[in-house]
Amino acid sequence: MAFTLYSLIQAAILCVNAVAVLHEERFLSKIGWGADHGIGGFGDEPGIKSQLMNLVRSVRTVMRVPLIIVNTVAIVLLLLFG
Amino acid sequence: MAYQQGYRASPKHRAPRGPAPTMGDPTQLFDDTSAGMPPQHPGGYPSQPGGYPQQGYDMGGFSADSIFTDPMANVAMAYGSSMANQGKDMVSKEIDRFVSINKLKYFFAVDTKYVMKKLALLMFPYTHQNWEVRYHRDSPMTPRHDVNAPDLYIPSMAFITYILLAGMALGIQKRFSPEVLGVCASTALVWMIIEVLALLLSLYLVTVHSELTAFDLLAYSGYKYVGMILTVASGLLFGSDGYYVALAWTSCALMFFIVRSLRMKILATASSEGVVSHNSKNRIRIYITVATAGFQPLMIYWLTFHLIR
Repeated sequence: MAFTLYSLIQAAILCVNAVAVLHEERFLSKIGWGADHGIGGFGDEPGIKSQLMNLVRSVRTVMRVPLIIVNTVAIVLLLLFG
Repeated sequence: MAYQQGYRASPKHRAPRGPAPTMGDPTQLFDDTSAGMPPQHPGGYPSQPGGYPQQGYDMGGFSADSIFTDPMANVAMAYGSSMANQGKDMVSKEIDRFVSINKLKYFFAVDTKYVMKKLALLMFPYTHQNWEVRYHRDSPMTPRHDVNAPDLYIPSMAFITYILLAGMALGIQKRFSPEVLGVCASTALVWMIIEVLALLLSLYLVTVHSELTAFDLLAYSGYKYVGMILTVASGLLFGSDGYYVALAWTSCALMFFIVRSLRMKILATASSEGVVSHNSKNRIRIYITVATAGFQPLMIYWLTFHLIR
């Protein structure tokens, strides 16, 4: 299996795109993964599910604009160089 | 700029700027031909058009060196050194934003004795008693003083050796071409990045508040390259049987090493003697540790089996 660094970058872009596409109110709340579900207990430590929901929400918030730029660059490069 | 103005204005007036020009030193080469006694203080060049004594850039007595008597070379050298200092500061500041250089230096502070002991420990960890990383006034001791500390020297050297060994193995089987080295290197690098990212993600999800940084995890996952080198070498020397025997040995040794090293850092210890408690919080952490350890032999096999036919 021959990996190049470029294939790693492609896989990373696809994964981050997949996480950023999950819509908050149309999808995540419906399956009980919304952000309002997660802010529940400030007990001793948050469980795995609330950590995951926090992670999804923060990825969406932080990476929204850079993803636009990176995706545009990737599309242009793919169109030019195949 | 001050230098250029001064130059066009008075080529006869020389002023070595920058660090401490020594005044009135015995290496003064020419008589002072400027008008009046020169004021004896460095700096303030545009405000002192009256002459300065001609003196070489005092480098500890190179009195006969013709380069240092040339005023243009003086100023150019002083200017160049100050520019180089500025450039160096700028580069180190920029690099410091991404990678903390001090923390990286900690991982490369090794010596020969440590490397020997660590390599022996990687291949035969069953007799080692004390696996704790010793601390020295609240900061972990450098690998020079503590054999349990992770370092990045062995993984990087082992990585390069593995690439060279892979090239040699493919050359013996007449399957070598220069692109193969690059493909091998980037494949191994990509797998290591994936492993470190997966480990960081799983540690974040389980909220392990340990002092394991990304560099520590990089070091611990880079130790498998030592096993890979041994496996490939014995596969080349002793054929396919030697390969599998060495694979079994290094896998067991590496798994033991990883479990014992990471146990102290990841798992929560309840009692004062450091006995690991078996409550539900620890169960997932135990799974993570065992999964990390079990991933190593898989990687060793995956990255080396195509080299041994």
